[in-house]
Amino acid sequence: MTDETVLTQYLEPEPQRVFKRDVMIYSRYERFWHWSQAALIFTLFFSGLGLHGAHGLLSFRMAVTVHSFAAIALIVLWVFTTFWNFTTGQWKQYLFKKGIWPVIRFYAWGILKGEPHPYKKSLQRKQNALQSLAYMSFMVIVGPALWSTGIVYLLYDLWSHYSWAGDALTITAFVHTAAAFVMAAFVIIHVYMTTTGKTVFHYIRTMITGYDKIELSEVEEAYLAQTKMVPMK
Amino acid sequence: MLFNLLPRASIAIAAMVSLLAFPPGTTSILAGELQGEQGEAPPQPVKPEHPPARSTNSTADHSKFDALKGPFANGSEVTKACLTCHNEAGHQFMKSIHWTLEYKNQKTGQTLGKHNLVNNFCTNARGNEGMCAMCHASYNWTSANFDFKNQQNIDCLVCHEQTGTYYKVPPTRGNAACSIMFEGLQPIDWMKVAQSVGRPERANCGTCHFNGGGGDGVKHGDLDSSLINPPRELDVHMASKGLNFACSQCHLSKQHIITGSRYDINAKDTEGTGKPGLRRDVATCESCHGGAPHPKTELIGIKLNGHINKVACQTCHIPALARGGVATIVDWDWREAGKVKDGAGFSEENYVQGNGEHRHTYRSIKGSFTYGETWPAKGRTLLPYYAWFDGQMRYTTIDNKFDPAKQPIPINAFSGSYDDPKSRIWPFKRMHTVQPYDKGNNTLVYMHLWGEDKDAYWGNYDFGRAIEVGMKENGKPYSSNTASSKPIPIGRRRTWLLRKSRRSLAANAMPRTDGWRPLRVSTCLGATISNGSIWLAICCLQAHLRA
Repeated sequence: MTDETVLTQYLEPEPQRVFKRDVMIYSRYERFWHWSQAALIFTLFFSGLGLHGAHGLLSFRMAVTVHSFAAIALIVLWVFTTFWNFTTGQWKQYLFKKGIWPVIRFYAWGILKGEPHPYKKSLQRKQNALQSLAYMSFMVIVGPALWSTGIVYLLYDLWSHYSWAGDALTITAFVHTAAAFVMAAFVIIHVYMTTTGKTVFHYIRTMITGYDKIELSEVEEAYLAQTKMVPMK
Repeated sequence: MLFNLLPRASIAIAAMVSLLAFPPGTTSILAGELQGEQGEAPPQPVKPEHPPARSTNSTADHSKFDALKGPFANGSEVTKACLTCHNEAGHQFMKSIHWTLEYKNQKTGQTLGKHNLVNNFCTNARGNEGMCAMCHASYNWTSANFDFKNQQNIDCLVCHEQTGTYYKVPPTRGNAACSIMFEGLQPIDWMKVAQSVGRPERANCGTCHFNGGGGDGVKHGDLDSSLINPPRELDVHMASKGLNFACSQCHLSKQHIITGSRYDINAKDTEGTGKPGLRRDVATCESCHGGAPHPKTELIGIKLNGHINKVACQTCHIPALARGGVATIVDWDWREAGKVKDGAGFSEENYVQGNGEHRHTYRSIKGSFTYGETWPAKGRTLLPYYAWFDGQMRYTTIDNKFDPAKQPIPINAFSGSYDDPKSRIWPFKRMHTVQPYDKGNNTLVYMHLWGEDKDAYWGNYDFGRAIEVGMKENGKPYSSNTASSKPIPIGRRRTWLLRKSRRSLAANAMPRTDGWRPLRVSTCLGATISNGSIWLAICCLQAHLRA
């Protein structure tokens, strides 16, 4: 036995036992956030289309009221969620990850040929690289473009007396509407993606119950069972 | 007084038309023509009922004054009696534009007023005072030498009498055939009308302001006899069973100077209500309702208040014109004037307006007319035109040359723009007319329409002579070269608030846009206000108003 072999023996990890367990990967607050945000975004998009003239299902007065109050509710929700993200450390989920190209390739091509998903969900890594990038841009580009222009527009009375008010209103409205359509595109893709799990409703069920099957190491499994840090079935 | 005068006047004027081409003395044909005219007309036009009498605030009962016991032989004698107590009223009134008919616009330097302007209805009062001064609060304006300094020429009664039996007739007889015009009217009981005086009611102002341009509602599109006794749906302020405002409730006056001149307009009143009782200088909505009239405790109210810096109150609250059953003229073609049947002038009444009255669609003395009104039962809608307006009217006067290639010529245009902080979007009634102009000098013309002489158009149907004399008598150059132009005046602003206003906006078709900028803002605003798109509105405002 050479030194090398001994070394290799020590360095090579023991083959680990893998546990597939139902673990709560989306906490109660995350689910509340997700679904109330979804409801508000749909409300805003519907009433926004009404304001835009795309349908006449709401009176203009009603559409303005619904749109404004839903917007205020969404802003409050986002303020809380930002607080939650930073206090729980969950904000790290949204940081840029390597390996985005395999994911893009998978959704563009691999998924049609039944290839396995190039990313494994884990407790510390809920989102794949593409998801992280999408959610991050949602939160730092599209979202702020919407709420900032929305607030500026709501506060029109404070700046309407300036000579540039007319142009500013035009730009504000344009950015707001453009961002709304980007948001709509996001929602459409997002909803489509949710159907690409093991079954059509797998991801949606996960987002409702919070539980998903996650591979855990023996250590992780024991740790979670012992500490009940994260609910596990 | 108005409704006493009107039906008779319309029949009489119709008769006058048919008479004009006849030499005096052919009375038999005359009578037949008269009957024919009456046969075509509806049995009796709908007369507005008299509104309930207003309780007076006055501390004096004029029927008890010795000075008003008469007897009076004419209006001037009544005026003389009025002035024995109201010894400053004559001096005050003589400073009013109602008397001078002249307005010097300090900003543009133009001399305006009915005494000078050419409009696109009966074109010019100047030189035709023998007829037109019927709407001047005066007596004896029979010639160009009217004495503006004689207080006894003031007509107090037309504005102040309250019996409804007073009426005015043209100061001169006009063409020989017109002598029957006011036949059959009861003689005025001067003592009775003198003792009835009070503050002007709607019917007083309406005597002239409802009938400008030659008939009920012809000029303005919402100033017509329907306002004498209006329901609340027609006018929330003047509804006789509601607030029952007189015109002077908003058009406040100070020493006979009345606010709300169309020559000097406050298109954006930022002063609001001012201190209680202090503002008597404007007739703006804001002077009563303030600068933020929608409820400030509601989101919708706050957002509506956000419109005020760019959108005039009237733009939303007067979404349609001529809603009271009285149609207004929107198109007038003078080229058609002068046709005769069997040697006589004639008229046609082929338009039945909302209240059932027949309106002239043709008269030999004036040409052909097109009407507009908002009357849902007949599927009719007359929408305003919308444009940025800074309060500054810009007239094409008799002295202004224009480029005939750029027809239509705006006669009373205005300025204003998207990025001007003083401008707001205002609604306008557009009046389009084909009328004569001087082709050699490229100016508008004064026409000699009324008179007892052979040159008066209302008698000989000869434009050339009427214009030549009209220009010559007023010292204006004339090239003897007349053509029809297509001038368009813009700028009869509405200032009546209407209720139930929004409904009609949503479903309406586009108004005609020929010759004028295609302002599709009506569509945009309609959509925005009732059921549509802010974004669309912004696009439209940008595209169509900024240009």
